[in-house]
Amino acid sequence: MIGRARQFITAAMLALGLAGEAAAIDVNDWNSVVAEARGQTIYFNAWGGAENINAYIKWAGDEMKARYGVTVVHVKLDDTAKAVATVVAEKSAGKDRDGAVDLIWINGENFAAMKRERLLFSPDWATKLPNWVYVDHESKPTVLTDFTIATGGLESPWGGAKLVFFYDSARTAGGELPDSAADLLKWAEANTGRFSYPQPPDFTGSSFLKQVLTELIHDKTKLQKPVDEATFAADAAPLFAYLDKLTPLLWRKGKAYPQNYPDMKQKFADGELDIIFAFNPAEASAAIANGELPDSVRSFVFSGGTLGNTHFVAIPYNASAKAGALLFANFLLSPEAQLRKQDPKIWGDPTVLSLARLPAAERQAFEALDLGVATLGPDQLGPALDEPHPDWMTRIEAEWIRRYGAAN
Amino acid sequence: MHPTSGNGLLVVILGLPVLAGVGGTILPAFGYLPALGGFRPTTAHLAELAGQPHILRSVLVALAAGLITTFAALAIVGTFIAGFAGTPVFARVHHLVSPLLAVPHAAATFALAFLIAPSGLLLRLVSPELTGFTRPPDWLLPNDPFALSMIAGLVTKEVPFLFLVTLAGLPQLPLHRAGKLMAALGYGRVSGFLISLWPTLYRQIRLPVFAVLVYSVSVVDVAMILGPQLPATLPVRIAHWAADHDLKMRFLASAGALLQLVVVFAAIGIWLVLERLGKFALTLLTLAGTRLRKDLLPRAASGLAMAGCAVIVFLGLGALFIWSVAGLWPFPKALPGAITAKIWLRVLPQIAEPLFTTVAIAFSASALALVIAISLLHRDGRGGNGAGYKLLYLPLIVPEISFVFGLQVLAISIGFTPAFPSVLAVHLLFVLPYVLLSLSAPWRELDPRFEQIAAGLGKSSLRVLLTIRLPLLFRACLTAFAVGFSVSVSLYLPTVLVGAGRLTTVTTEAVALSAGGDRRVIGVYALVQAALPFLAFLVASLGPQLLFRNRRAMRM
Repeated sequence: MIGRARQFITAAMLALGLAGEAAAIDVNDWNSVVAEARGQTIYFNAWGGAENINAYIKWAGDEMKARYGVTVVHVKLDDTAKAVATVVAEKSAGKDRDGAVDLIWINGENFAAMKRERLLFSPDWATKLPNWVYVDHESKPTVLTDFTIATGGLESPWGGAKLVFFYDSARTAGGELPDSAADLLKWAEANTGRFSYPQPPDFTGSSFLKQVLTELIHDKTKLQKPVDEATFAADAAPLFAYLDKLTPLLWRKGKAYPQNYPDMKQKFADGELDIIFAFNPAEASAAIANGELPDSVRSFVFSGGTLGNTHFVAIPYNASAKAGALLFANFLLSPEAQLRKQDPKIWGDPTVLSLARLPAAERQAFEALDLGVATLGPDQLGPALDEPHPDWMTRIEAEWIRRYGAAN
Repeated sequence: MHPTSGNGLLVVILGLPVLAGVGGTILPAFGYLPALGGFRPTTAHLAELAGQPHILRSVLVALAAGLITTFAALAIVGTFIAGFAGTPVFARVHHLVSPLLAVPHAAATFALAFLIAPSGLLLRLVSPELTGFTRPPDWLLPNDPFALSMIAGLVTKEVPFLFLVTLAGLPQLPLHRAGKLMAALGYGRVSGFLISLWPTLYRQIRLPVFAVLVYSVSVVDVAMILGPQLPATLPVRIAHWAADHDLKMRFLASAGALLQLVVVFAAIGIWLVLERLGKFALTLLTLAGTRLRKDLLPRAASGLAMAGCAVIVFLGLGALFIWSVAGLWPFPKALPGAITAKIWLRVLPQIAEPLFTTVAIAFSASALALVIAISLLHRDGRGGNGAGYKLLYLPLIVPEISFVFGLQVLAISIGFTPAFPSVLAVHLLFVLPYVLLSLSAPWRELDPRFEQIAAGLGKSSLRVLLTIRLPLLFRACLTAFAVGFSVSVSLYLPTVLVGAGRLTTVTTEAVALSAGGDRRVIGVYALVQAALPFLAFLVASLGPQLLFRNRRAMRM
């Protein structure tokens, strides 16, 4: 009866144009969120390309079921933009409620696009999650700005990322490793055909371009703002001069590229590539544990710094199970879930929590984690460079395709 | 009520969604997509498409690859049938090639890629002993700019399809009599067949040939794995635009899908010209009276090509299997250093649910399609050649990428929630044409005198259908079912878009995981994906034997 009455009131408010989404769910009243979530099924749209990540999400879903009676269905995507496309299609069809997507694993341009098109559940909810108190927003500013775009609490941080390079110590001596983009070019001259990067606009490949751009651009402050078309050609000139020299030295002389990070990893395992890179420092250790890479693989970074960022979860504006999505986002932030995620035997994704804020027992558990033989400790990862504004990625990808998109 | 008007209604209901989907794709190409603020008609997106870097090359490569694939597959199958029909070699190759139809394109493509890559199995087998390679050589293969590896991959898969539809048409030809006559006149096997029987045969398989042409010109998954990447072919670029993080790219994707439709029409147009030229050449050959007696070379080449297709796919599937149980397997070792069932043990429990969904959808869609096809054929009897039926064949002729997005918006607009029934409905759309195509030839072929006798004995039309025609066509029905089943299993884009990714099938899982590139996991999924339709075909060929144990004349 009560449910019926509430439905009626909500319907009436909607009819009068009084009810925003905030009226339906009050993030500040967490007990009501927990109560509302019970029995809900949430469709979590997340990249499904890695089996260990899928297993982690399965674990988190099982916990949600056991603890809160919430069913989590992992909708496995090959590309996050597919989930964005679903929300767009629903909006086209006027389906502003009961959408198919409840929670999306997201960051960067997908977030920027959804925020711009107002496709996200809009009040600031992320900072109101009970577990937000543990989040490290002092030393990890990227939990609040996603590629320079303020998150505004529209997405909740899930994990950290840092660009790290890998090499096989059985094939390449540690002393020969490059320490900057300029060094890498010299290394490629000496080792023709043994380096490449995933083909932009693949996320990892574009990140490599941004790394080089950040190192070589004359005025780094420009990267924190949208591209200035008037000076773009001059600003990006050092990057493309670099790529003009690098391209003929690449694997397949730049006439083909690995399609994404896992493809690049496979080519590294096959002995086609000698240096690769990933956005997760624990990738190599996880691959060694999996039997995909030999245990002679090691990591290195540039002493001048490499790109770092954060990935998030967000709720579409028309999600059908918002309470369940909020509860799940909160669970993903819990010390327990974050600890499990950072374990390289499970996933190895760096936490977004601040160890200093954690209760003693949890802090010790994090400190006791064995990060694996190929993973650099937090103190060895070097400085984190800020991600450029998403505009740069778009412009540079377009320019890359124009210049290198038809290899003859 | 005229008996066929009910049919007409059914045809319209099943055919219209495709046209509606095309509409839903074309509108955004001209700027209409309210969700993204597109209200005013504009040609800006078409102009943007024209301004895309290297777009002409993407179009031309897709077009050329599609035409060459179709021509090569048809030439191989045609020459093989001409050269070997009725011989023991024919039967042997038939058994070798038929199972290939069951292997989904994506699985066969992965298999081929694993074989031919510089770090692939073929080079591993001979390295470093014969080649001296201790590291994989820096060869541009696959993904070569001329799309040769992609053409090879497509031909490998299209040859079995064309071969099997050709087999369905073969019994209607006076193979032996024509063969004897042409031999008596001194013609070689191939030239004799070409002159006497090919025109009739070609007329029967023309629709499947066009289906092959359209598919090859607009293929996405095969082109992604084997095709050129800089630039990629047009369909691949459309798929990327549609999946771009910048939502405004959706307009560009729609404009691209419209261009794809034009490319397909262009391909069909060129093919029609080729048909004319072929006919002219055949007339010249006939009039010239050249006997072309020595045709051993083309015969041997076609036989080798046919067998080669099968061997490549089976070898590739074998390589996939080895990868699925491999521990660390560095180049140039011919075999992995360690064998482990770890991946299978980890993946099998996760695969159970998608597997169930896949089978449930494929079974329902092909059963439904079979019932619809039988009712259409029963009431119409013309074997699906009526003008109205052309609407049902639209999904074969309109490139998938040109109408699936429109269909998705349409499905949501009319209140379809992404769930089993809506996915089933869209699968039916793709499955039905193939089922109808496979069933209509044997349907026409059945000697009408059986039914005339039954009718003369006073049996009702329905009883005749149930007790005479369907038992006689039982094998054909099962084969049509198996074809439908394998089409449903391999559908990716419609399943993901209309199902909003909620219904996971083995294929959606395989494609999602292939983004992760782990050959071990890909191996497991590709094998499971290939096993499903294979089982369906096995049932189709064994079923009649078991069911008609006591009716010897009906066994084969």
